[in-house]
Amino acid sequence: MNDARPEPAAAPGTAPVLEAIGLRYRHPGAPSDLFDDLSIGLSTGGFVGLIGPNGSGKTTLVRLLGGLLRPAGGQVRLEGRPMSALPPRARACRIAVVLQESPLLFNFSVLEVVLMGRAPRLGLLGLEGPKDYAAARAALRDVDLQGREGRPIQELSSGERQRALIARALAQEPRVLLMDEPTAFLDMKHALAIYEILGRLSREQGLAVLAVSHDLNLAARHAGRLVLLHLGRLVADGPPDRVLTPERIREVYETEAEVARDPASGAPLVLPKGPRR
Amino acid sequence: MRAAAGPLTWTRLLASLSLLLLALALTLLVGAGVGSSGVGLGDLLRRNDDAAVMILRLRLPRLLLAAIAGAALGSAGAVFQAVLRNPLADPYILGVSGGAALGAFAATAAGLPALLPFIPVRQTFAFAGAVLTVAFIFALSRVGGRLASYPMLLIGVVTNTVYLALILFIETIVELTRLHGLRLWMIGSIPVESYPVIASVGAVSLFGIAAISLFGRDLNLLSAGEDTARSLGVGVERTRALLVVLGSLVTAAVVSVTGPVGFIGLIVPHVARILFGPDHRLLVPASSLIGAVFLAASDTVARTVMAPTELPVGVITALCGGPFFFWIYRRQRGRTYFE
Repeated sequence: MNDARPEPAAAPGTAPVLEAIGLRYRHPGAPSDLFDDLSIGLSTGGFVGLIGPNGSGKTTLVRLLGGLLRPAGGQVRLEGRPMSALPPRARACRIAVVLQESPLLFNFSVLEVVLMGRAPRLGLLGLEGPKDYAAARAALRDVDLQGREGRPIQELSSGERQRALIARALAQEPRVLLMDEPTAFLDMKHALAIYEILGRLSREQGLAVLAVSHDLNLAARHAGRLVLLHLGRLVADGPPDRVLTPERIREVYETEAEVARDPASGAPLVLPKGPRR
Repeated sequence: MRAAAGPLTWTRLLASLSLLLLALALTLLVGAGVGSSGVGLGDLLRRNDDAAVMILRLRLPRLLLAAIAGAALGSAGAVFQAVLRNPLADPYILGVSGGAALGAFAATAAGLPALLPFIPVRQTFAFAGAVLTVAFIFALSRVGGRLASYPMLLIGVVTNTVYLALILFIETIVELTRLHGLRLWMIGSIPVESYPVIASVGAVSLFGIAAISLFGRDLNLLSAGEDTARSLGVGVERTRALLVVLGSLVTAAVVSVTGPVGFIGLIVPHVARILFGPDHRLLVPASSLIGAVFLAASDTVARTVMAPTELPVGVITALCGGPFFFWIYRRQRGRTYFE
């Protein structure tokens, strides 16, 4: 248990921009709590990979951190203030969440979808102004979709659509970006591109990024910090090479694995060998 | 499937709505000029008193009421499609119109309008019927925390059948003489009402449509999904409740007078989307104007196509709406969200 102690929530000296303290949550109708005392902090400019097996509570944690779910106990604090006291639109100007969600019902164009990210900043009757277009186009450039703005969203490939949704989140000009499996359904090239974009945004724009990932190696290579969730508990939190050890992978993923080192980046490389013996 | 290019601008918004207002004015003008009697607008200029009565006391009130009803049902359809995330939603198909009809009919059958002459009893009961039906749909079509599209259509089929049965049951136990014209009313028809009645229905509808139009941006976000809307700052529960109440209000206001005219709320938003794109800030007012044109034109056809016999306008809208429903159904089938 000693080596499973969570690392400090954020780098020393910097207050976390988004912080969960003692979260308690139970799914409606579930017999027991999923989280009973979960704490985690995200700091500016950090890129956190949230990993863990199916059912460990990754998506629920993203939704709690993003203010889409209300915790039964504990608190989520944004820039030091309790998030529950923040009006929804003020929250949406600071936190962007990209979830795996059903596709759009109506055939908006890519630019229209990205402009929706500006909604929390518009007045009651407001249409988007030059500032909003500038933010949307900058976001489209960030995800390499600048030539696609007039295309109907339903005609994009799934990789492009995912990037359009990330662009919508970026158009919110948030301080925090939370993503639930941004690379699910994407092939290697597009998954890599998304992680590179996220890494760049956290480094260059100081965005606090948290991305749920099933691909341990991708997460290890791009995120500076991995958080491992297991059965609703935070079992490890720290630099990838400290989090991804053969023992922990055996315990949490019930898989025998070797952990090598990526010669190019120095990041740990998990090589699964078979189910736990 | 869209013709409109680029995101919405004030120029495009105002130009589109001006064009539709012009189309509405033209429809009303043509509708006022034709009829089985052969009286035309020229007779009005010639100071023909019989023609004046014909046009100003019979045709015009009916046209205005048809336009108001079309506007209300068109915008209600746009609201229900977005909020329920179901492109086949329509106040009639969902049973909201049926609930309003049952409410209005029950109030009349119980003799309440005579007992309480200063309160709009029929309208109030119609509103209650509509809102209860929507609440029922929300309660029953949630599957795993999400609104499921097909269950809500089935719920609509069953509630409509039960409402019809209840109306016929009530009709059987109360005096029939007081309720003549029921058959006509049940499928939806535009009666010749007095101007004060038209003004009050118009005022409620206009208020509802204007209020809904203010939520165009929220409707865009709600149509993109509950989580998306919430993460972009929409207070989902409150906004959604407010919008379905407004949609029920305008539906009830017209259904209590015209009966449940069907399919306007299905057809009109789809046509509006083809012409003007999916942005609800334009789609809602455009749907109300297209609905006004469509129902005013349909009622003019209903008056004249089999002259001197008149059809209830609900026959025409159902004959257009049925095939349209199946066309949309075929187009939507196979899209992943619609399962």
